[in-house]
Amino acid sequence: MRHLLTTAGLPRKTVTALLDTAEALKQSLLGREVRKLPTLRGRTVVTLFYESSTRTRASFEIAGKWMSADVVNISAGGSAVAKGESLRDTALTLTAMGADCVVLRHPASGAAHRLAGWVPAHVINAGDGTHQHPTQALLDAATLRERLGDLNGRTVTIIGDVLHSRVARSNIELLITLGARIRLVAPPTLLPRDVAHWGNALASTSGDWPVTVSHDLDAALPGSDAVMMLRVQTERMHGEFFPSAREYAISYGLTEARLGLLPEHAVVLHPGPMLRGMEIAYSVADSPRAAITEQVRNGVHVRMAVLYHLLAGRDDQTPGEEV
Amino acid sequence: MSSPSGMGAVGAAGPLRQRELLSAAEVARIVARMAHQIIERTAPEPVVMLGIPTRGVPLAHRLADRIREFGGPAPVVGTLDVTLYRDDLRRRPTRPLRATELPDDGLDDVLVVLVDDVLYSGRTVAAALDAVREYGRPRAVQLAVLVDRGHRELPIRADYVGKNVPTSRDEEIGVLLTETDRTDAVVLRAYDRDQR
Amino acid sequence: MTRPFLLRGIRRYGAGEPVNLLVRNGLIAELGASVDGTGAEIFNGGGLVALPGLVDLHTHLREPGREDTETIATGSAAAALGGYTAVFAMANTDPVADTAVVVEYVYRRGRDIGLVDVHPVGAVTAGLHGQRLAELGAMATSAAAVRLFSDDGLCVHDSLLMRRALEYACGLGGVIAQHAEDPRLTAGAQAHEGRVAARLGLAGWPPAAEESIVARDCLLARDAGAALHICHVSSAGTVELLRWAKRRSIRVSAEVTPHHLLLTDERLSGYDPVNKVNPPLRTAADTEALRTALAEGIVDCVATDHAPHAAQDKDCEWSAARPGMLGLQTALSVVIATMVQPGLLDWRGVARVMSERPAQIGRAADQGRPIAVGEPANLVLVDPDATWTVHGVQLASLADNTPYEGMELPGRVVLTMLRGQVTTEDGKVQG
Repeated sequence: MRHLLTTAGLPRKTVTALLDTAEALKQSLLGREVRKLPTLRGRTVVTLFYESSTRTRASFEIAGKWMSADVVNISAGGSAVAKGESLRDTALTLTAMGADCVVLRHPASGAAHRLAGWVPAHVINAGDGTHQHPTQALLDAATLRERLGDLNGRTVTIIGDVLHSRVARSNIELLITLGARIRLVAPPTLLPRDVAHWGNALASTSGDWPVTVSHDLDAALPGSDAVMMLRVQTERMHGEFFPSAREYAISYGLTEARLGLLPEHAVVLHPGPMLRGMEIAYSVADSPRAAITEQVRNGVHVRMAVLYHLLAGRDDQTPGEEV
Repeated sequence: MSSPSGMGAVGAAGPLRQRELLSAAEVARIVARMAHQIIERTAPEPVVMLGIPTRGVPLAHRLADRIREFGGPAPVVGTLDVTLYRDDLRRRPTRPLRATELPDDGLDDVLVVLVDDVLYSGRTVAAALDAVREYGRPRAVQLAVLVDRGHRELPIRADYVGKNVPTSRDEEIGVLLTETDRTDAVVLRAYDRDQR
Repeated sequence: MTRPFLLRGIRRYGAGEPVNLLVRNGLIAELGASVDGTGAEIFNGGGLVALPGLVDLHTHLREPGREDTETIATGSAAAALGGYTAVFAMANTDPVADTAVVVEYVYRRGRDIGLVDVHPVGAVTAGLHGQRLAELGAMATSAAAVRLFSDDGLCVHDSLLMRRALEYACGLGGVIAQHAEDPRLTAGAQAHEGRVAARLGLAGWPPAAEESIVARDCLLARDAGAALHICHVSSAGTVELLRWAKRRSIRVSAEVTPHHLLLTDERLSGYDPVNKVNPPLRTAADTEALRTALAEGIVDCVATDHAPHAAQDKDCEWSAARPGMLGLQTALSVVIATMVQPGLLDWRGVARVMSERPAQIGRAADQGRPIAVGEPANLVLVDPDATWTVHGVQLASLADNTPYEGMELPGRVVLTMLRGQVTTEDGKVQG
C-alpha cells in the first residue's frame, strides 16, 4: 500500500490486516510506562492541515511519535500557505525537505488524490472536503469490532448530515467491505444523490450495495447493532437544509428515550466534536453504550497501524498480502 | 516468521533436496533434555519463558510443560513479538504483527528465558532484547533455541541449544511443530543457487 | 490576383465520384471531373472528403486579458488546423467585449492574422455583471458587425433582463446565446449531480439548473418572437424542452460540445481537473440523448466551447481548478467518432452541424455555403481513414488542457482553405 486516500475499493483483507495490526499495537502498548516503539525511527511524517482540527492532528502526531517517527506539523494559518502558495508547491517543498509521509487535511474533495500524483511521499488522507476520512472509518470499525466482533451481517445506522459528511462516506464504503448493512437516517435534504444505488457508480465496488435510506429514526433504531451520529455543522443549521436546530434535534437527535429503542448490545458512536443537546443528548453521550472515548483511543492505534503499513516495510506492499 | 531461516522464505522454485535432521521422537527427546538443563541452571528460581512467534511460542509451552513434569518450579509462559524492533523492516515487505502477551506482573527483576526455533544471524534475538527492555528490567535474560545453525552476525550466544547444525547460507532449516505444521520434525533444505 | 488553385480528386460531402475543384479569386470557379487547372497550383486530393470550412459558434480566444493561455493568433491557428474557417470569440475577456472598441479590436486582430474569420461575440450585460444591458446596438453597427451576444460563462439569470435582451437583440437582427445555469441551483457546484459526484463528495450541478433556464428562455423568446440560442446543451432533459419548443416554432437553436457527446462523469474518479468543465460532464444516458438530438436536428450544431487554461489553473485541487477544455483541434475527430462512425450522421450531416447551421445561427453570410460554383472557397479536406493520437503539448493552443490526452481519434484535417487561401496543410499552418 503506497497511500491511504479512500476506503472505497480497499480489499477486505487489507482492511482486516490494518485492523489486526491496530489491535496488536494496542495490546503491545497496554500498561507500558514507556510508550515508544523504535519502528519508524528516522522516518519523517508531516501533518499538513488546511482546516483546523484538534483531535485528528493530535492523534496522528501521537501515533507517529509513539513509533519514533519525526513528526512535523504545518497548518495553513501560519505558513507559506497563507501567502498563497499552491498545495502542489507546498507539498513539493515538504518532500524536498525529506518528508516520507504527508498527512493531509484539506477542504477540497480529492485533494489527497491530487497530492499523491504530485509527490514521491506516501499520502494519508486525513479528511478531504466532503469526500473521505479513511482513518476515521478504520477507527470506527476497530471500535465496532471490539464491541460486536465480526461485522458481517450487522446493521449500522448512520444518522444526520450524510450529504456533507466525509465520515459517513468513508464508513459506508468500509463497513460494506466488512460485510455490514448500512441504514441512513436523515432528512432528504441531507442525503447524497442516489446513495442507495451507488454500487454501480465508478465500479470501485462490485456486487451488493446494502444501503437503505429512511427518514424515521424511531423505526430504524430497534434493528440497529450500532448507531453512528454525525456532527451537524453549524453552517447548515439556518435555512435551506432544515428549518431549525430545534426541529432537527426533535426529529434526528439521539435522546434518552430513543436510546431505549436500541437493542441491549447496540453501540453508539460519534466522530466528535459533539454538540450535546443537538444531535446527541447529554446523558446519552456518557452512557455505557457510547463508545466515544474508545473511538478516540483506537484512533491512535489505527493511525499507528496505517503508518506502520505505509512506512515500515519495503515500499509498494499491500497489507494482507505480505509474507 | 521469527527469522529469515524460518518457513517463510521458501522460494517459488521449491527445494531441490530436503533431508530430515530430526525426527518427531528426537525433537521430543531434545526438548526434554533442554527442560532438564533449564531446571539445572535456574531452579529454584521460577523462570518467565517468552516464546518468539511463530514457532518459539509452542516450543516455550512444551519446555514449560516438561519443566513442570520434571518437578521444576512452574514457569510463567508469555509471547513476545519482536517485529516492531527489527532492524531489517525496510528490507522486506511489511510484516504482520503477532500478539505480545506478557505476565501480569511484568518483567521487572525476573529471570526471562527467550525461546525461538532457530538461531541464525542473531538479529531476531537482538530485537527481542530491545523489546524486553521496553517492558521492564529483568534480573537476567537467557536464550533457548531448538537449532543453532551458525552464521552469527552479532555477538549473541544461546544458553540452551537443542542441536547444533552446521549449514551453508544457501540452505534453510525448517522446524516443523504439530501446533503449526501438523507434524514434528527438523529438516534441511538445499536450493539450487540459480533458482533462489 | 492570386494564382488559381486546383483541388484534384476530392469527394464533396464524402459522396459520389471524385471531382476537380478550381479556385480562382477566392471563389469556386469550376467544378467537375474534367476540370483542367492548367497554370494552377495543384493539390492532389486522392479521394479526400471535402466539406465547407467549419464554423465554431463558441470559442474562447482569451485575448485581450489572458494572453498567457491563448491569443487570437494561436487560437486562429488551432482553429484552422482543426478545419475551421470561422470562429465566434466569446465576450468574457478582460476587458469584457461589451463595447464597440473591444469587439473591433478582436475583429481586426483576427482579420490581420487571417487564418480564420474571427467574429467577436458581444456581451449581453455590461461587464457580464447581469445587471444592465451592454451597448448591443453600438457593437452591432461597429466594424465587427456583431450579431451574436452572450454572457457565456455566466447566465443572464434575471428574467426581466433576459426578456429585454431578447427583444432588443431581435431589433438588431441578432441572437442571444444563453449560458443556461440557474446560479442559485449551482452555488458551489463541482460536477454533475449524480451518483459519481455524490460518492466523490463533489457538490452537484443539477440538470434542472440548465433545464429551468432553457424552459423560461424559450417562453420569453416565444413571446418576443426573438431568436434564442442555447449554448452547450448538456442534459437529456434540455433536449426534451428543445423538442417541445421547436415543435411550436419558437425561434430557438442549440449547440452541443464534442466533450458532451463523448465523455461522461465516470472520468472524475481521479479528480483530474482536465475533466472539469461547465456545464459538467454528465451520464452516458445524456451523451446518448445528445447524439440522437444532434442527428435529428433538435440540437442544431456542434460548438467547441474551446477554453484554454493555464497549467496552474488545472494542476491543482479540483475545486480550485477553472472549468473548460481545449476543443478546436479535436472537435471534428470527436464528431466522427461519436456521430459518423456509429452511423448517426453522414458527411452531409457533418457539414450541416459543423458549418452550415452555425454560420446561419451566427449570421455569417459567407460561411457554411454549399460547395458549388460561385461560392466562396471556404473548404476543409478530411482524410476519414486516418487516425491520430492527441497530445496537448503538440496542439497549437498555448494551453494544453485537453481531456483527450493520449486518446487515439479518427479523421485528420489535411487542408483548410479560407477564401481560396490555404491556411493549413498536413497539420502545418501556411502563411
